[in-house]
Amino acid sequence: MSNADIYHEMIIDYSRNPINYGKIEDHDVTFHDSNPLCGDSIDIDMKIDGDKVSDIKFHGKGCAICMACSSVLTEIAKGKNIDDVRKISKTDVLGELGLENLQAVRIKCALLSLKVLKSALYSYLGKHLDDSSDVDKLKEEAASLY
Amino acid sequence: MQSAQTSFENLRKDFPILKRTVRDNKTLVYLDNASTTQKPNQVIDAINDFYRNHNANIHRAVYALAEEATELYENAREKIANFINVKDKTEIIFVRGTTEAINLVAYAWGRDQIKEGDIIVTTEYEHHSNIVPWQLLTQEKGAKLEYIGMDDNGELILDDLDKYLATGRVKLVTFSLMSNVLGTISDVETIISKCKAAGVLTLVDGAQAVPHMKVDIEKLGCDFFAFSAHKMLGPTGIGILWVRKSVLETMSPFHGGGDMIREVHKYETTWNDLPYKFEAGTPNIADVIGFGAAIDYLSDIGMDAIRQHEIELTSYAIEKLSQVKGLHIYGTKDISKRGGVISFNFADVHPHDVAQIIDAEGIAIRSGHHCAQVLMERLDVAATSRASFYIYNTREEVDKLINSLNKVARIFKL
Repeated sequence: MSNADIYHEMIIDYSRNPINYGKIEDHDVTFHDSNPLCGDSIDIDMKIDGDKVSDIKFHGKGCAICMACSSVLTEIAKGKNIDDVRKISKTDVLGELGLENLQAVRIKCALLSLKVLKSALYSYLGKHLDDSSDVDKLKEEAASLY
Repeated sequence: MQSAQTSFENLRKDFPILKRTVRDNKTLVYLDNASTTQKPNQVIDAINDFYRNHNANIHRAVYALAEEATELYENAREKIANFINVKDKTEIIFVRGTTEAINLVAYAWGRDQIKEGDIIVTTEYEHHSNIVPWQLLTQEKGAKLEYIGMDDNGELILDDLDKYLATGRVKLVTFSLMSNVLGTISDVETIISKCKAAGVLTLVDGAQAVPHMKVDIEKLGCDFFAFSAHKMLGPTGIGILWVRKSVLETMSPFHGGGDMIREVHKYETTWNDLPYKFEAGTPNIADVIGFGAAIDYLSDIGMDAIRQHEIELTSYAIEKLSQVKGLHIYGTKDISKRGGVISFNFADVHPHDVAQIIDAEGIAIRSGHHCAQVLMERLDVAATSRASFYIYNTREEVDKLINSLNKVARIFKL
């Protein structure tokens, strides 16, 4: 497979017309992160009702891979319980777009939004939960994604 | 008689890496020379020869190998001094690269000389290595860092320099001779003459310029000058800091350790002569010798011929790229004011996607912020694609770049 083959229809469509792109003004949590080497930069806003992620949006600048993965990720997360959102793994995101064999140098483009989502969750849970060991685990998970 | 272009194509045989294929058996088209250049056999062989035949530490032992190693090392210093027209080779300090050179100045000169309220002036198109060391220094000292702005043509706004110099508080003006993103060649004569008139020292980052054009330090008249071997056919991990003797003599040591001392006692030490005072520890001997071989190689071709080759190739590339619909080139199109570095964006396609698609064709360009985030902010982009040329690049390679961009257009339905 040529490395250019990752640019299939779905990636191009998602990057051109991202899903859940924008801001949530009255968000309950927001988080920002960037990839220092390439300059990709993503913000995720979430609205949380009880234990449910009732709305989620992302915005920022990134390559087609980054934009497509952010779209897919927010689609997966929207409407789910926090516990289920916590369980979203990198294979869930990569698998959805057929990017399982993405070369190492581009993995960080694909997983930046997942890192931001997990970081957003621990920042939310840190404020709303008493059990900090759980939050630390999530923090570690976000940090070790790639 | 051969045309100039043919003779440059003949150089390709000296570069073993240019024969290899990448990805799906595609011939390598290497267009990331602003980042680092490929190495000719002459440089690889010089390093190899040192380790096979002459390896020993320098400046110490009396046996034959040590004498040979020292001679090879010091000969390289002399070659480099001649190459940039420095008369006194004790002003040439070996460092790891341009980044270390600038950090050395910030530490060994800046920490003594910069006081609260002083101003250091840099520019909006600097590499991070000519910004961050000055941020660290000015923050530590309560001094200020100011920027010479850049106009939409990618050239420095020298009125900004006048404004800062008029405060009377500027202690150093530091700028690159050629931008690593836009290829802009700074108006070095004007900047340095303004600074001299104001009694302000100047540091010139020559990392992008020295490999591509004749640089004469004496004529420039700056006080500090830095560049790296690996951007001019030499090995990584070696570079040069040149400092005017009168300034160098005022500077405190950088690293403490072996070789930089004259006498060490329990509680006090006296320093070695210049330049050894600034070369603590066993240096990168083999790569200094490799750097010397690179200088020989470039001198044989002639820097004016190299500049001419790049002017022709860059003009051709700018002309061809300008014809690609939706492609935007940053910086001036006046070839007399720029080197062989072309930054561009292609419609709304992210530079990483451009670089990856054309990589499948064997074409190596850089995508990203090029260690110049201040400039990216000024251009209001997250990143650019950048193609940069050197002596071994050809018009055919530019054509391949253009063809591969058509593939990008196809995939992204431009």
